[in-house]
Amino acid sequence: MLEVTIIYGFINSIILALIALGFSLTFGISGVSNFAYGAMYIMAGYAVWIMINMLGLPFILAAILAVILTSLFGLALYRFVLLRVRGMVISEVIATFGVGLAILELFRYLGFTGFEYTLPVFTDGSVVIGDTYIDHQRLWIVGIGISLAIGLYLFTRYTKTGLAFRGIAQDEKTALSLGINSDRVAGLSVAFGSGLAAIAAILILPRGTISVNEGYDVLINAMAVCIIGGLGSTVGVIVASFMIGYAQMITDAFSGPHWKMIVSLVAILIILLVKPSGLFGKQKELEERI
Amino acid sequence: MKQKRRERIDRGIKVRSDDIFALTSYREFLYVSVPPVAPIILLLALPLILPLYWQKVLITTAVFAILALSWDFLVTVGMVSLGQALFFGVGAYLAGYFDLRFGLPIWTTIPLATLMGGLISAILLLPVLRLRGVYFSMVTLVLPLMFERTIEATGWLGGTEGLTGLKSFSNIWVECYLIVIVLLLVFFGFRRLVTTDYGLVLKAINNNDRAVMSGGINIYWMKAQALFITGSIGAFCGAFMTHVYMFVGMPVFALDYSILPLASAVVGGMGSFAGSLLGAFILVPLSEALRGIGGLRTVIYAISLVVFIVAIPEGIFHYVQRKYQQFERWATVDN
Repeated sequence: MLEVTIIYGFINSIILALIALGFSLTFGISGVSNFAYGAMYIMAGYAVWIMINMLGLPFILAAILAVILTSLFGLALYRFVLLRVRGMVISEVIATFGVGLAILELFRYLGFTGFEYTLPVFTDGSVVIGDTYIDHQRLWIVGIGISLAIGLYLFTRYTKTGLAFRGIAQDEKTALSLGINSDRVAGLSVAFGSGLAAIAAILILPRGTISVNEGYDVLINAMAVCIIGGLGSTVGVIVASFMIGYAQMITDAFSGPHWKMIVSLVAILIILLVKPSGLFGKQKELEERI
Repeated sequence: MKQKRRERIDRGIKVRSDDIFALTSYREFLYVSVPPVAPIILLLALPLILPLYWQKVLITTAVFAILALSWDFLVTVGMVSLGQALFFGVGAYLAGYFDLRFGLPIWTTIPLATLMGGLISAILLLPVLRLRGVYFSMVTLVLPLMFERTIEATGWLGGTEGLTGLKSFSNIWVECYLIVIVLLLVFFGFRRLVTTDYGLVLKAINNNDRAVMSGGINIYWMKAQALFITGSIGAFCGAFMTHVYMFVGMPVFALDYSILPLASAVVGGMGSFAGSLLGAFILVPLSEALRGIGGLRTVIYAISLVVFIVAIPEGIFHYVQRKYQQFERWATVDN
């Protein structure tokens, strides 16, 4: 029992981290709101499903195309919606949330619900650690999740684009004066974040059926991880995912799955009460607190 | 080089009747008095002329208009809520619970639910008040969804079945006139409130919170009061609808109750309250007319929300107001 909790808690944490990476890259690191994140996640899932089952493409091609298409959608979202309301936080939030809502409810209206909407796993089979069976898909999730997290950490510290992402969040005007085209960088950031959402969707969705409601859950979980970890910190995302991931598993094991949903919310409220800028948030510590 | 640009000038009648306030003719008198009086007469007369089905629509519209007004009020204080359904749902469940558990009469459950709903909402959101930016939106977005999940999972308060067999109002006239009068009270009350000293402080918190703090005012306490006001009004709507439907269930936390008030306020125009009222009275009857398309309605709200916030951020009301008060002409300018 304990072993299962530990192993599945670990996997659950990696899944949370994977979900939160894209949101964190856009919202946490570059300071651009993307509340259509959950919708993009679900959209990527349905895009792969449509390409495989209706257009007959092979899985690999469909997956790559889905990631590219979602990134392009993110870019378009920035260019046609976000760019016009940039800097007005209220409008950014409402506009992106509206776009996400429109996409999710459109899928619901079109009837994309049911057991046939599943994505194929990467490789079939399972391995045994101790007495616990783990299927290959979860191993893929862990492997790719960890490498993406490390990749993101290195990317935001050692590449020019990554540094520019952090730069525009810290001080957009200074970034401009140093030759960073903040509009282009912010657009790229939304595109990258959307691409990461698509990758997460392709990895995680094969575990069950694709459902519209999951879009909201993904957004909530991603927000929870970002708030708790602190904006602008990759380490914070990882630590927060492990905290929430294990907290969810433990509540699941000891008090039943009913309470699993409430863990992230309680965690958000506690962290806002105790340390409002999150565990590792330094970037805007002063500006966000009143 | 000579160029043309459009210039806007206040109409003479506006200057005479509004700014100088020298009313010398019926025309000027009507110019000042029609805009505030027309909605009152219209709202009070509507229940008399509408058929039964549209009376029900009027009730829903008024509820959404009140929610939109309370959303607009929160925005005035600098808090953007993405979850008016929280206030609505808390009030609805409280009223249902009081009715079923203690068998209280309707005129007790609604005031109780109103006050307690405001209190509960304010307490739930207290942790977020210390932060600026999008945290408030995030948490308000999360809370109603969480309530819905909790009730679904634990089966408390009737679970997925909801609470049924609640008391109803004696007849539809009571329902109609109660909600219309509350709507008018909330509308004119808010418009009055933001011009008082109290409202001025609230607006100042939105503009520059540090300046208000350095003025020796406890802004958390002020924000909590604003939350209580909004929460109470939202909870009243919830409690009222509970008794209209004689039922309360998980749909009270649905996204509809969050997104429609928001869309109404944005389409109508934020910041003036009149915009929210106008927006609700455009969107809700429209959606009722489009009932046939079912789930697509939310998509339409969402799209209209995005279009208005991106392309026409001032909203319909401010456009109308400008046309009413100013005229435009082409002027040549040298540069």
